[in-house]
Amino acid sequence: MIEFDAVTMSFAGIRAVDALSLTIAAGERLALIGPSGCGKSTLLSLLVGLVVPDAGRILINGAALSPQTVIAARRRIGYMIQDGGLFPHLTARDNITLMAGELGWPEGRRAERLDALATLTRLPQPMLDRYPAELSGGQRQRVALMRALMLDPDPIILDEPLGALDPLIRADLQDELKEIFAQLGKTVLLVTHDLGEAAFLADRIVLMNQGRIVQDGSFADLVARPASDFVTKFVRAQDRRLVAGSTGSS
Amino acid sequence: MITRIAFLLLALCLACGSAVAAEAGLVIGSKKFTESVIIGDIAADLGRAAGTNVTHRQELGGTRLLWDALRSGAIDLYPEYTGTLIHEILAGERIPDAEALNAALARRGLRMSRSLGFSDTYALGMTIENARRLGIASLSDLSRHPEIRFGLSNEFLNRADGWPGLRAAYGLPLRSPTGLDHDLAYRALTSGAVDVIDLYTTDAEIAADHLVTLVDDRHYFPGYDAVILYRIDAVRRYPAVLASILRLEGAIDTSTMITMNAQARLEHRDEASIATDFVRDRFAIVTEDHSQGLASRVVQRTLEHLSLTLVSLAAAIAVAIPLGVFAARYPRIARGIMTVSGVIQTIPSLALLVFMIPLLGIGAQPAIAALFLYSVLPILRNTTSGLNGIAPGLRASAIALGLTPWRRLRRVELPLALPAIFAGIKTAAVINIGTATLGALVGAGGYGQPILAGIRLDDFGLILEGAVPAAALALLTEAAFDLAERLVAPRGLRLETGSGI
Ligand SMILES: Nc1ncnc2c1ncn2[C@@H]1O[C@H](COP(=O)(O)OP(=O)(O)O)[C@@H](O)[C@H]1O
Ligand SMILES: [Mg+2]
Repeated sequence: MIEFDAVTMSFAGIRAVDALSLTIAAGERLALIGPSGCGKSTLLSLLVGLVVPDAGRILINGAALSPQTVIAARRRIGYMIQDGGLFPHLTARDNITLMAGELGWPEGRRAERLDALATLTRLPQPMLDRYPAELSGGQRQRVALMRALMLDPDPIILDEPLGALDPLIRADLQDELKEIFAQLGKTVLLVTHDLGEAAFLADRIVLMNQGRIVQDGSFADLVARPASDFVTKFVRAQDRRLVAGSTGSS
Repeated sequence: MITRIAFLLLALCLACGSAVAAEAGLVIGSKKFTESVIIGDIAADLGRAAGTNVTHRQELGGTRLLWDALRSGAIDLYPEYTGTLIHEILAGERIPDAEALNAALARRGLRMSRSLGFSDTYALGMTIENARRLGIASLSDLSRHPEIRFGLSNEFLNRADGWPGLRAAYGLPLRSPTGLDHDLAYRALTSGAVDVIDLYTTDAEIAADHLVTLVDDRHYFPGYDAVILYRIDAVRRYPAVLASILRLEGAIDTSTMITMNAQARLEHRDEASIATDFVRDRFAIVTEDHSQGLASRVVQRTLEHLSLTLVSLAAAIAVAIPLGVFAARYPRIARGIMTVSGVIQTIPSLALLVFMIPLLGIGAQPAIAALFLYSVLPILRNTTSGLNGIAPGLRASAIALGLTPWRRLRRVELPLALPAIFAGIKTAAVINIGTATLGALVGAGGYGQPILAGIRLDDFGLILEGAVPAAALALLTEAAFDLAERLVAPRGLRLETGSGI
């Protein structure tokens, strides 16, 4: 279980996250959605302790995040940063197993886990010996996901995992991600700016604007019972894009 | 990886350094001009004849530097002139006679030999024919010839104990003399453009150009008797060696010194071999000829030069990388560190070398310390900027994985900054090799030695003997670094820079 308790975080006086409270139950799959710059990434950064809140508390399974607990907490969280963040000087394999190696996992255990993850994410084995610069965008995202999953973490938090991919690959990967989430059965916190993707991958959608939660509910709630004008506009903007896209191609 | 290389270099250099130090024994210094170097070489030969290790640190620099080196014990003795002691070094004290001079030296733990047999002072000179034709033999004869044209060096013209005093002492004509450069003066004299010039009494050109020096019959010029100046404690430490060297008292007359200067300056003979000949002819001591062949000279200087560069560079790497890591983590402290090392960088290398002498004496140490200081900044700056230049997403990824700060540095940040750090080391190495040529000024040897000697002797070949290997070493180093860069840089990083979109 993850709890944000009245968390505020400012950058140079601008509130990226504004007195935000949010509870995510174990096993829940939640999508954070909202316009660019509304504070989605910052919220995930707070959870892994990349930034420290100005006010409020963050609790993971009831334990407050503090400088003493943050390193252990990070190792229990599978975090996939926006744009992947793969280390260019390491092969895919070394990127994925870096932390396991640091923790002293024996070679055999690492190889076994790597095999399982390659199967799960459908990454061809030969790709493991390539450097990030030698992989396609889709392959890089798979490797980044494998790295996040390596230590069998819970929760899994993904920041726009499919952001920079072309539509066809994106659709494929959406299917795969859904399947992976179902197989793992872990708590998932997913950031996306695409309402359709949020509805497809998550059970619960949290819509943010300017560091605050605007609406928290299902896709149906957002469409049928918008909490404010902003929600209506946001849903319609996404809708119009879908419609425009379909008419444009027919 | 880098640390391992640094340690290896450090160990290697400490090994060569201690080997050099163990051989020192009695240390002779000499000033940066031919006569001093020759006497130093002769003294070294005589010292070696007594059987102990003797080192001659050639052409250390000017009077002040040699004096300081002697007082600090960096050297045990050097050739000096009584006039210089009285009028320059101890100018603040009243020293009316030799006794007072000896007392002043003794107070400082020093002693001087009796005169070596010649005096090197200002004199006026003419061509032999002219002097004969006009019947001029002494300075007082000049006052009878108002038509005579003087061509005097600018320094002599302006010194109170030069022309103004001389003219008053001898009642010389008031016609204003022509100011000339000392080296051009000889040419002006032999071509007949002037009749009288000032010179040093042991100048090589006196013999070569058939000149006479006019007798100072009113004893206007102070005596600049050549002596050996030495530390009293050297008497106790090397009694036999010093006794052997002091055989030089009264052993070199003026014409012999002029001849030896001429052999070095006009015939381009090596000082060591001139010294060997003198010691054989005068004392019947046969020493091995220390003048080496070109190849072994270059090899020796290469070793000296490399050891200066390697020790200082290894130390700079070992200090600058941790400091750079520190500076990258604490930007506020970083500004202070950068400012200090930036200021050090702007100190002219010559000044920095001279600053080091009171602290570290003469020889390799001050040179290594100065080179170390120069090498720190490029490595420090590149380490810091390399670390600060890491993409925020990569830094965040490393943190979010749960790596501890130290492991993050080792596994992610340093490898990503490696190309920048490496470039910094390369810059430092190339600067270091060039600057190390100045090490010869403080007795550190290296490629600077033949360059200095070449400038002093106006011998272009000798300058090239130092300059060419120095340039070659710099180019070679650059090429070696380029190669190593390709081998050391992680393949993934090369791919990344290669595949610019
Ligand atoms: N490191 C940072 N320094 C300064 N401002 C930042 C930083 N990270 C984010 N911000 C600001 O915080 C706000 C929220 O950013 P972010 O959480 O990245 O938004 P999102 O992920 O929803 O697009 C934005 O206004 C952004 O400019
Ligand atoms: Mg974002």
